[in-house]
Amino acid sequence: MSQVRTVSSGTGSVRRSMGHLSDRTTTFTCAVLMMAAVLVVGLNLLPSDHALHVGDATVSLLGKYCCYMLLALAVDLIWGYLGILSLGHGAFFALGGYAMGLYLNAQGANVDGWQAWLGHFPLAMLAVVLAPGLLALVFGWLAFRSRVTGVYFSIITQAMTFALMLAFNRNEMGVGGSTGLTRFRELLGMPLNSHAMTVALFVASLMAVLLAFVVCRMITTSRLGRVCIATRDAEARTRFLGYRVEHVKLAVFVVSAVMAGIAGALYVPQVGIINPGSFAPLFSIEVVVWVALGGRATLFGALIGALVVNWLKTVLTTEMPDAWLFILGGLFVVVTMALPQGIAGLAASLRRNRGGSAHE
Amino acid sequence: MSRRAIRDLWRAGVVLVLVMLALPGVVHAGDQISDEQARTLLEGLDASGFEAKGEAVERIASSQATQRERWLQALLEGRLARERRGEHFYIITDDAGREWPIIDAITLEDAGTGSRRTINTITINNTLRTRIEGALAAMSLTAGDVSARLAAARALLGTLDEASAPGVEDTLADEEDPAVREQLETALALYRVQQGDVAALETLRGHLDTRVRNALVPLAEGDGELAGEARRVLAGIERKREWHQRVQTLFFGLSAGSILVLAAIGLAITFGVMGVINMAHGELIMLGAYSAWWLQQLLPGQPGLALLLAIPFGFLVAAAFGIAIERSVIRFLKGRPLETLLATFGVSLILQQLVRTVFSPLNRAVAAPEWLRGSWQVTEALSISYSRLAVLIFCLVVFAALWAVMRFTRLGLEVRAVTQNRDMARAMGVRAARVDMLTFGLGAGVAGLAGVALSQITNVGPNLGQNYIVDSFLVVVFGGVGNLWGTLVAGMTLGVLNQVLQPWVGAVLAKIVVLVGVILFIQKRPQGLFPPRGRVS
Repeated sequence: MSQVRTVSSGTGSVRRSMGHLSDRTTTFTCAVLMMAAVLVVGLNLLPSDHALHVGDATVSLLGKYCCYMLLALAVDLIWGYLGILSLGHGAFFALGGYAMGLYLNAQGANVDGWQAWLGHFPLAMLAVVLAPGLLALVFGWLAFRSRVTGVYFSIITQAMTFALMLAFNRNEMGVGGSTGLTRFRELLGMPLNSHAMTVALFVASLMAVLLAFVVCRMITTSRLGRVCIATRDAEARTRFLGYRVEHVKLAVFVVSAVMAGIAGALYVPQVGIINPGSFAPLFSIEVVVWVALGGRATLFGALIGALVVNWLKTVLTTEMPDAWLFILGGLFVVVTMALPQGIAGLAASLRRNRGGSAHE
Repeated sequence: MSRRAIRDLWRAGVVLVLVMLALPGVVHAGDQISDEQARTLLEGLDASGFEAKGEAVERIASSQATQRERWLQALLEGRLARERRGEHFYIITDDAGREWPIIDAITLEDAGTGSRRTINTITINNTLRTRIEGALAAMSLTAGDVSARLAAARALLGTLDEASAPGVEDTLADEEDPAVREQLETALALYRVQQGDVAALETLRGHLDTRVRNALVPLAEGDGELAGEARRVLAGIERKREWHQRVQTLFFGLSAGSILVLAAIGLAITFGVMGVINMAHGELIMLGAYSAWWLQQLLPGQPGLALLLAIPFGFLVAAAFGIAIERSVIRFLKGRPLETLLATFGVSLILQQLVRTVFSPLNRAVAAPEWLRGSWQVTEALSISYSRLAVLIFCLVVFAALWAVMRFTRLGLEVRAVTQNRDMARAMGVRAARVDMLTFGLGAGVAGLAGVALSQITNVGPNLGQNYIVDSFLVVVFGGVGNLWGTLVAGMTLGVLNQVLQPWVGAVLAKIVVLVGVILFIQKRPQGLFPPRGRVS
């Protein structure tokens, strides 16, 4: 018996995680995402005068929300499960976005030097992953090695994105200065503003969210995920138990940064512009409130939070632009004070209450 | 007329003027020249050739006409005119439009209007212009008070030629004010050096005026005793200039650093001492700046009084908001720093939008009072603006006051007790909740003071605070949390570092370099420059 356990211990975590993948929430979330994809594409195929027709603009907007959801997943992975509050995740998002923007910029235009290299799709995709990944690797290695934790880490990540914003604002960088990159024409030889491209980007973004959700789920339910949670709750104790906490943190931080970078890369062709504003500390901190509202340390909560806050933002900034910052600020305060577990936690406690009363 | 004759005339004029200065009574009596004589002088200006006009200028300059300065000034600006087919001379007081208001050049009385058809302006060329300017400078050199003479002497530097130098020598012989003398000697020495006098270079040694340097550069080229000596003097001047530049950079750095310290010192209390992350700190600074602006609107025409009143007012406004934030939000999030960070960030967004809605999204300028304008010219290469100096002094005063509060008052004692051991302090009868509130109010109030100071440096707008929040946190973390001295040293260091880097890499890159430097520094020493000693529970 014990022999069996020893032999299977290597694969045990994988099996266990696969087992967890089939749990109710995961199946439900995956099903919802798949259905959303089928539904939106199907409704988009309806004739445009049909009552249920979903226009290209809406599809593009939903695609944008998908990118935000992916970014929220990335932040939730490190904040929810590792307790690392990064106030600079917008930097990784923007770096991925700039890699994609440079690729799009090189299509049918004359660019020279290193920017011409990014005109090749495989190289550009490599840059989308490498740029945020390497930054996260170097930054995280420096920070975690010297045990910069808690608010200190938050503050220096904020300084990092602030410094990058200043750097990308400079015209000498050769990436558009403060106007950024825009006027993209085509992606993989297809015009960006075509109907097929809009739908394809939406589907790609949604699939990316689905994939990232599964990956996050696998990470969090694996042995690595348990070490993560242990690190979050008692870092010193985990270290004394013999785990290399800084390696765990670094690995998950890099994965999270790469996810953010991919989100940025998918975001740019859908909105048609990338500028240094994406590096603004405000954007990064906004992402945190999406996760906080949805429910920290619940992956589907991050998805819900990103969707709800951004939908609110879309509605409110057009309906009453003055009120948006009041609402956003209020959300920060209310969520942290009254809803520490977010929407997901609220739902869970409601369900528990109902279950409790039924038992009585 | 030959040059010699001009020089004689000059001399005569200067001597005459000096005599007049020496004998004020006589000057007064001989002050008035008859209208006829004045007309004759002016008619000389209406000659056909520029050479003749030049002689007329010299005659006017050496005359005793009280209006001579007016005339030459008007001539220089092309506003001196003669009546067509008539005897009268006029000065055009405003040459916009077609009909110009004019005054009589001799009686200086209103003479109605003139136009191109009725009067002829007297034209000048460039040579004449230089001559008129020289004559005007020479006039103010001998007349007027010390400051006018000093300004005239300063203007002489590098303009002396064979004609004017002897006159200046005479003036120098009679000048008593040491500052004016020094300027005159420099001007003469430069003239002599240009004539080939090596010994005169000695006077120019270490002189910082750019005109001296520019005049010496061509002389230093080539061989010969003069060129070699000039090179050495020039090198000395360059060294001295560099030092003054360094002092200037240091001062700019310190004043930039004092802004950082002012912005961060409130945080050093709330974050450093209480351990509360207040992301709304920048907005408290903004509120302080807005209260300075608002007081200035209430007291129009008295920016000085408004600014002085704004110091206590800004403190109270920001402290009130700070206490409100502490009571309503932060109190409930004790011991949860990340949540506090998010909640106070929400508060900062609300405050920003509140200011945008109540006032305006536009930036407002706060006027500087009279005594903060201008700058103190220490030497030719070193000037210190009063507003920056004031901010530096203000920063040091605020720091000293804060330090004294923490060190010597009952509140300071209680704050330190609560920080070190909250439970023990409470057991000793310290009302910890009240101490928290007051400490937070104090930190917020200091942020308000920073805002009042900032209103003198930049425009006041809803985004004012955001620009400083990242920097402020870095300063506190860099200096070592919980350490007021660390904050002072860190802020000043970052300010100076930024200024030193700026000429090499530009303003934006300097800021980036400093940010990256601090990020790396924190990796190396997570506790900052001055880590807290012992165990902090």
